[in-house]
Amino acid sequence: MTTSDGLRPDLASTNGAGPHDAPFTSVLFVGRDALDAVDGVEPPEFFADLHLDQVLEALTRGRRRYALEPFFFVALHDADAVAYRHEVQRDLERPAVRELVARFAQAMQRMRDQLDQAGELHHPLQQQSWFVDAVATYCEAVELLCRDLTAAGPSSRALRGLGRHVAGYTMSKQFRLLAAEVDQLKQAFGEIRYALQISGARVTVSGYAGEPDYSAQVEATFAKFAQGAPRSYLTTIHDLADMDHVETQVLERVARIYPQPFAQRTDFCDRHRDYLDATIARFDREVQFYLGYLDLVQRVRETGLAFCYPRLSGRSKRIAARETFDLALADKLVADGRALVVNDFELDGPERMFVVSGPNNGGKTTFARTFGQVHYLASLGLLVPGRAARLFLADRIFTHFEREEDIETLRGKFEDELVRVHAILERATSSSIVVMNESFGSTSLNDARLVGTAVMQQILDLGALGVYVTFVEEIASLSDATVSMVSQVVPDDPAQRTFKVVRQPADGRAYAWAIAEKYGLSYERLMGRVGA
Amino acid sequence: MRVQLLHRDRDIAVEPELRDEVFEAMLDGELFALANIRRRRERAKEPAVPPLPPRYAELAQDLELDTLWGAMAGGDEFLLETARRVVLSSLRDRDEIAYRQDVLADCLAQRDLVARLYELAMEALEADRKVGTLWHNAGPAAILRRSVQVLELQVGVLERLREVAEQHAGDVRSEGLSRFFAMVRDELNDDYLHSVEDHLRRLQFKRGLLQSAELGQGDKGRNYVVRTPPDAHWTQYLPFVNRTPGLSFTIPPRDESGFKALDELRDRGINHVADAVGRSADHVKHFFAMLRLELAFYLSCVNLHEQLEARGEPTCRPEPADLGRGALAAAGLYDVCLTFHLEDRVVGNDLDADGRSLVMITGANQGGKSTLLRSLGLAQLMMQCGMFVGAEAFGADVCTGVFTHYKREEDAALEGGKLDEELRRMSAIADAIAPGAMLLCNESFASTNEREGSEIARQVVRAMLDRQIRVVFVTHMYDLAHGFHEQGLAHALFLRPERRPDGQRTFRLLEGEPLPTSFGEESYRRIFGVPAAPALSCADGPAAGRDRARRPDRGRGPRGPSRW
Repeated sequence: MTTSDGLRPDLASTNGAGPHDAPFTSVLFVGRDALDAVDGVEPPEFFADLHLDQVLEALTRGRRRYALEPFFFVALHDADAVAYRHEVQRDLERPAVRELVARFAQAMQRMRDQLDQAGELHHPLQQQSWFVDAVATYCEAVELLCRDLTAAGPSSRALRGLGRHVAGYTMSKQFRLLAAEVDQLKQAFGEIRYALQISGARVTVSGYAGEPDYSAQVEATFAKFAQGAPRSYLTTIHDLADMDHVETQVLERVARIYPQPFAQRTDFCDRHRDYLDATIARFDREVQFYLGYLDLVQRVRETGLAFCYPRLSGRSKRIAARETFDLALADKLVADGRALVVNDFELDGPERMFVVSGPNNGGKTTFARTFGQVHYLASLGLLVPGRAARLFLADRIFTHFEREEDIETLRGKFEDELVRVHAILERATSSSIVVMNESFGSTSLNDARLVGTAVMQQILDLGALGVYVTFVEEIASLSDATVSMVSQVVPDDPAQRTFKVVRQPADGRAYAWAIAEKYGLSYERLMGRVGA
Repeated sequence: MRVQLLHRDRDIAVEPELRDEVFEAMLDGELFALANIRRRRERAKEPAVPPLPPRYAELAQDLELDTLWGAMAGGDEFLLETARRVVLSSLRDRDEIAYRQDVLADCLAQRDLVARLYELAMEALEADRKVGTLWHNAGPAAILRRSVQVLELQVGVLERLREVAEQHAGDVRSEGLSRFFAMVRDELNDDYLHSVEDHLRRLQFKRGLLQSAELGQGDKGRNYVVRTPPDAHWTQYLPFVNRTPGLSFTIPPRDESGFKALDELRDRGINHVADAVGRSADHVKHFFAMLRLELAFYLSCVNLHEQLEARGEPTCRPEPADLGRGALAAAGLYDVCLTFHLEDRVVGNDLDADGRSLVMITGANQGGKSTLLRSLGLAQLMMQCGMFVGAEAFGADVCTGVFTHYKREEDAALEGGKLDEELRRMSAIADAIAPGAMLLCNESFASTNEREGSEIARQVVRAMLDRQIRVVFVTHMYDLAHGFHEQGLAHALFLRPERRPDGQRTFRLLEGEPLPTSFGEESYRRIFGVPAAPALSCADGPAAGRDRARRPDRGRGPRGPSRW
């Protein structure tokens, strides 16, 4: 894996380009590339350090069934591949498109549940009934998707390709026949009514002759006393999908009373075992990668934080981001209803490395993580946290975060760190991103300065981009390639200024005015408040 | 069938903040619900009676409403909770008030009748308990059996209610009770009661059960509906209506799981019948719950009336005036709550504040200022819930709400925060108050020095008056009262305690301009046994006017206006 070939510096110009009539296969990958190389891939080494495991957890919540993880483990190295995904997200950011896809996904989920149910039951009539339901759900879902896509007019290559595929499919004779048969069966079964006379141990099944509803008669008699919403006396009768032998005996008699629809249904189930279209099924899975991420984006956006489509380059190391943040942290804070601090960063000219120092608990680690995160998210072709971003499409990302686990001695820990850092420097190239967080933090200042400087010098020699968090301030001024960043203590809440004590001549009335004003009790304020 | 004894056109309506779990339980008609809530709260170490929402809590504290409600309840928890809610839920309309006043007049004249109706309601509400509770996991069949039994008991009470209505229709004059009795006679006529009994018999399903069904998901039966039993349906006698011949099967005698499944199948349809019957019993119960609840208010009024009568205190039917008329006049107005704390009759006050939107009461402590203020608030509240008033005569505009702002004595430790606390409360009032309201201030803003306090008060009072809010302000702050008097406002009335030439107090308040000194000085001397000294007569010495002059740490010695 080296720097990607044919990388264009500005991806925006590639939007909308590309072959229009190639058969559609995937909403994640251009053409047939990388189609089968995804499943079975392991997470990258830095995944946990950058808290990307938490991001992944957040976006796959409720989507386990789609097995989306591997999509998250494979970075893109090609600008067009990134653009292909940006286009899809821009489409999905339109509520109309987003909703149509969500509707389709829900329907497909329902269909799978119905098939599962059919598989779990024993009585053949019941299996048939659930199978017909699944096919009906599928037909509706596909037809709706087709109509919705046409109406919404997506602009991404992927969704337009999908639209063409679905349009062709729904027009096919095979599909039309399937849909018509399902409709007919549903209608015939919906019309079946029967009566049950239970007298002692004897049950008689017959057609229903229109006798009036007795509950309604009772209720009408006492309706005159009604005083608002009454409580319910309905017993929840847990309806198992399965049947007991009394129910099956009733059902078999109903089938004898109405022989025709039952015969038709048996035939239908035999002929349409493999009704599912492979491309549509694949879309159903892959699009969840976007939906999961966009759900997360939306949750975080609601708190006022911004996301943007980064401009990506594999050559220019002039990078910048405004109001960016740690997405994993944002997701947590959103859940707690707390606000998050955003950061800006920029590297220009010869600058390559941020050296972050300053007071503890000041957000240094978060900054380092943010830097790594936005770059990795960008390489997945996703929206990134921030109001605007120009980022580097790296060949590899390396991280070195202080490990939590106990190593018997400090010396052991220091050496272990050195081993790991060494391994990173062996593999890193000038197109890599290196994030080092409090490396050698457990050793003496002298050692840390010595080793830290040496390591930093090697990274600078490589020309890699990255962040180096350290308590050794000297490293910040190592060369013109280093940019010093200092964590700040949280600035005072501006509202606290109202408690400021200012020296003034004693004037009770002025104080009264001021305090009345403070509580909105001056004449003018009250006139505005009362009866307004 | 609507009880509607509190409102002509709706059931009891209380302010939204007062619709708490206790009120819901009262509407529900569960006899032990209140006791259960109380026990639960006690276990949870919460006050047994849920605290009122802040605004009402202040009103209750300032007007000592707990004493009023206690007298109305006569020891009955249910009456207490009813009285609290109805008294705080003021009516806004003269007609509505008159509707209640009329019913109350009937109730006061026919005390036995009210008690009899209340007993009937209670008896019906006891049906649930008499029949007993269901097993936790009782099925539809058991629920149905129980509900039928409850209905049988309730129907018995309905029959007796009709008898009472027939007997006493001629004894009542109010629109509310006349309508109620007429409704009972019309709705519960013989035909109706027969059809009810017919249903109760048929609900035994002695001849088997007929239900219809459809095929649902997975071919499971659904929409089971019990159909009118064939023996009661006339179509069976017609030869051309004939069901298709049925296909039958029989559960073998030893097939236990088969019989269980059969029961479950019956339960499908019975479920809805049980629901219908259960809800019907609830409907009837709720009717009686409403009857009890609405009567509880009148019963509590009768209680209070009897106690005042026993003490020889007068009561009158107040005369509400349309909002904006500016009416406010009373004769012999007294503090209903105070009577319960005193041996003797309390002194009544006359007041003529018609057309006066500002009433400013100044003067000596122990002069009846606070009492008059409270009497006014009580009378206004009682009038607006349809009650009688503790006075020989009382008339006032129907206001949009009564608000109180009293100086608070507690939290003395937070000396610096006291003014803040007062301001916060006034600010909360500003959020809630609307034009047409009545604001009662008792020594408001006295927790700071007089210059500050009166300046703040001036702003507040002016704004309230300009927003058509009636303000009654008790203050010892001469600067404030004098300032308003100087303006010569036609809409202002200034009252101060009457003093006989011999210096004796009468606890009456008479019209008169504010005097520069309050008589707290005198109280001080009396209680402390301090001889008159020129230093204490200082014209603007606020220390002389503190209300609680008896407390040894207050008002001791001469003190000039405090300065910052």
